Amino acid sequence: MVFLDFEQPLESLYEQLEKIQQVGQEGDVDVSVMVRELENKIKNKRKEIYSNLTGWQKVQLSRHPERPYTLFYIKQMCRKFTELHGDRYFKDDKAIVGGLASLDGQTIVIIGHQKGINTKMRQYRNFGMANPEGYRKALRLMKLAERFGFPVVTLIDTPGAFPGMEAEERGQAEAIARNLLEMAQLRVPIVCAVIGEGASGGAIGIGLGDRVYMLENTWYSVISPESCSSILWRSWDFKEQAAEALKLTADHMFEFGLIDGIIKEPLGGAHTAPEEMAKILKKQIKKAIAEIQELTIDEMIETRINKYASMGVYDVVEPLKEEESDKKVKA
Amino acid sequence: MGWFKRLKDGIQTATRNKKEAPEGLWYKCESCKEASTMKEMKENFYKCPHCNYHTRINSFDYFSLLFDGPYEELFIDLVSKDHLHFTDLKAYPDRLNEAYRKTQLSDAIAVAHGKINRRPLIVAAMDFKFIGGSMGSVVGERIARAIDFARQNRTPLLIISKSGGARMMESAFSLMQMAKTSAKLSQLAKAGVPYFSMLTDPTTGGVTASFAMLGDINFAEPKALIGFAGPRVIKETIKRDLPEDFQTSEFLLEHGFLDFIVDRKDLKETVSDMVSYFDPQKMDKSKMLEE
Repeated sequence: MVFLDFEQPLESLYEQLEKIQQVGQEGDVDVSVMVRELENKIKNKRKEIYSNLTGWQKVQLSRHPERPYTLFYIKQMCRKFTELHGDRYFKDDKAIVGGLASLDGQTIVIIGHQKGINTKMRQYRNFGMANPEGYRKALRLMKLAERFGFPVVTLIDTPGAFPGMEAEERGQAEAIARNLLEMAQLRVPIVCAVIGEGASGGAIGIGLGDRVYMLENTWYSVISPESCSSILWRSWDFKEQAAEALKLTADHMFEFGLIDGIIKEPLGGAHTAPEEMAKILKKQIKKAIAEIQELTIDEMIETRINKYASMGVYDVVEPLKEEESDKKVKA
Repeated sequence: MGWFKRLKDGIQTATRNKKEAPEGLWYKCESCKEASTMKEMKENFYKCPHCNYHTRINSFDYFSLLFDGPYEELFIDLVSKDHLHFTDLKAYPDRLNEAYRKTQLSDAIAVAHGKINRRPLIVAAMDFKFIGGSMGSVVGERIARAIDFARQNRTPLLIISKSGGARMMESAFSLMQMAKTSAKLSQLAKAGVPYFSMLTDPTTGGVTASFAMLGDINFAEPKALIGFAGPRVIKETIKRDLPEDFQTSEFLLEHGFLDFIVDRKDLKETVSDMVSYFDPQKMDKSKMLEE
């Protein structure tokens, strides 16, 4: 098991548990009472830690090395899945996967960022940082879904779109912008869920939909806490403060009305019970698709666009008199 | 050889050469370092008369360059709000107040409606001096309203981008402005009202990755920095030096992301031509392709 820094109290409890179990196995001392006691202690401690997570601790959880990724969820949720490759222009991006799947008999197109499970795979997947061809592959699959009326499901988990030289040459910005425009008008339901990291343009590039959810221990923000710290504090050392200031947790995002719901994770995070997590996610996705399908297609698109049009906070003020004369009409 | 010999260029420049030209009278070119008078600059469309360097100008300069005469500024009653109580080294409200005081602007974008060679046009122009031209809720909302105005009045829309990207101090609200502006633009496209996107120095981040790249026509001023990630970030990522012209307007034109580059002296005529080609008042909607 991998323990994060704030899980240290748990780690020592687990160590104790292991030792006692060993003693029980070796000798004839009855340790069952102590084991039960310790297990209870672990459960309570876990509850205590997890009911009070800071923004930064959730960021750490969202990056937990054992956290389930897109392909795991697809395999758990869908009886059949055929991965489809390539953007038809340049190449196949490994940081975004997608394909046709059967969700309890309903054909869907499912797309998501994919991170690697070990060092070699992490490199192969470019750490979940997509290039323009990844966003263009996603759009190609969404257009396929639109032609045949399949709902689209996207799973978001990226530290950002890849900031590389070739990515710029091939139009990273254009690829993301195009997806936003096309997803706004896509004539099939779109359900999105942040399953890990939701960093900025790289996340929203496949994240505009009728319903956008966040798993409990994930984050969604305009910038990663590390980069925010380096720009605004001019040092990498303020990531905890940046994570708080950015208000990037699911709770905040829901409170701000920027997402449509929070999907509860098993106690201790998605990685402690991945199969159960997949079941919870699947249930929410199916429910959302059914709800959206109650609308006509035009209503659905109008509702989707209005939802985004209403996002933003600003004050409306009476313009100042002198400003008025100064600016309102200028020759 | 002295112990304290300076090895870097520029540090040994004599004080008299380093002196900044007083503002308001003289202009020292950032590119070729030649000095010219502000009067010369103004007559030359705020370009350096020596090297044609396009200086960064503000939204109202663009309005005067483009519109025939008087214009009406729209949506100035919308102002930024610190919904997140965001504090880094400075509190967001303090940053805003400082920006108001320094720039006399109401936010990082201004929207105006007027005439260009007697045809109506709505222009939304960004201001880099206002917190790096960053896009927060006010920028997003003003653009959304400009799009609605264009759609309702069937008036072509020109957005002049000049921005470092999304405004961090509004976190995810800023991020969602990318979705918001793009979604509104999809409605404008459906209505068949043309949208021209002009990218100026600099246009990066969330602004490039949303409305700035979505014009029916995308064009830029010469030698502007345009990109998604900033050059410093890319350099740190790939650990290599970047080519000289990387992320310039010319680079984007070469890679197929711009329709053309326009010198500022030709800006009005170019935009006016665009408006006349598309003239949505005259266009027969039945002949247009359904989206």
